[in-house]
Amino acid sequence: MSQNEKHHIVKYRTYIFVLLGLLTLTGISVAVTGLNLGPFAVTVALVLAGIKSTLVLLFFMHLKFDQPVYGIMVLFVLAVFVVVMIITFLDYSFR
Amino acid sequence: MEQTSTHTEHRDDTASKIGMWLFIFTELLLFGGLFIVYSVYRFKNPVAFHLAAEELSKLIGTINTVILLISSMTVAMSISAIQLADRKKAILLLSGTITLALVFLVNKYFEWHGKFEHGLYPGSQELFDLGQGDILFFGLYFTMTGLHALHIIVGIIVLTVMLVKVIKKNIQSDNYAQLENAGLYWHLVDLIWIFLFPLFYLIS
Repeated sequence: MSQNEKHHIVKYRTYIFVLLGLLTLTGISVAVTGLNLGPFAVTVALVLAGIKSTLVLLFFMHLKFDQPVYGIMVLFVLAVFVVVMIITFLDYSFR
Repeated sequence: MEQTSTHTEHRDDTASKIGMWLFIFTELLLFGGLFIVYSVYRFKNPVAFHLAAEELSKLIGTINTVILLISSMTVAMSISAIQLADRKKAILLLSGTITLALVFLVNKYFEWHGKFEHGLYPGSQELFDLGQGDILFFGLYFTMTGLHALHIIVGIIVLTVMLVKVIKKNIQSDNYAQLENAGLYWHLVDLIWIFLFPLFYLIS
């Protein structure tokens, strides 16, 4: 039966709480666009999207419950993306 | 610990999951590249992007976000259901996920149809008259949401296969790695939409 490791069965209730959190954050990000925050609007939108995707990764995609190897790989890929983004913008800003 | 079956099936769930994650990374970097293109063009055409985004319906965007978030939850729940050997609930949750995905596509159809009606499609005269920034915005809009919609269609096919396997008892409480991987794919689709939504619909 137990193939590799013990399997963590996530409770339905946990998922419902996560969904409620995600819906609340969506509501906030829609409401915030009406506030006219100017240059901070992008930052706020991206921070909210970042929190939402973290929730999805940790709970829905089980990173919180699985072995750490998956999470480490995800962090590595995110780091690669951030580096490419920074290099691109350095290039465009100082041309 | 007890050996319940006599035949020993060769299976490595951890390896298959790592394989799935590696595939997801290629997808993330594919969309990541498009997001970088988006940021550079937005950086160069800030005003045009803001004005062009007003053409998009915030309401449809929000409804589709809610649909995808709920469908992500139902597919995650279906894995818990299978682990608890609750086959009926798993079938119900997977069917719900597929239904929500179809509703998402129907909304997308009406949304794109509306844009086409207004003469907003790649290469149209209308866009040409609006100028460079709008051409770029709508070019990216159709490419990125189109590619995302393609992933939704693939997701529907994958989830339907999983549903059939659950019904046929090929996926059970001791053998659900495939369902887990299919779920990961579906969450990826959700993850991409989480960023597409604010960057296209909420910048006006």
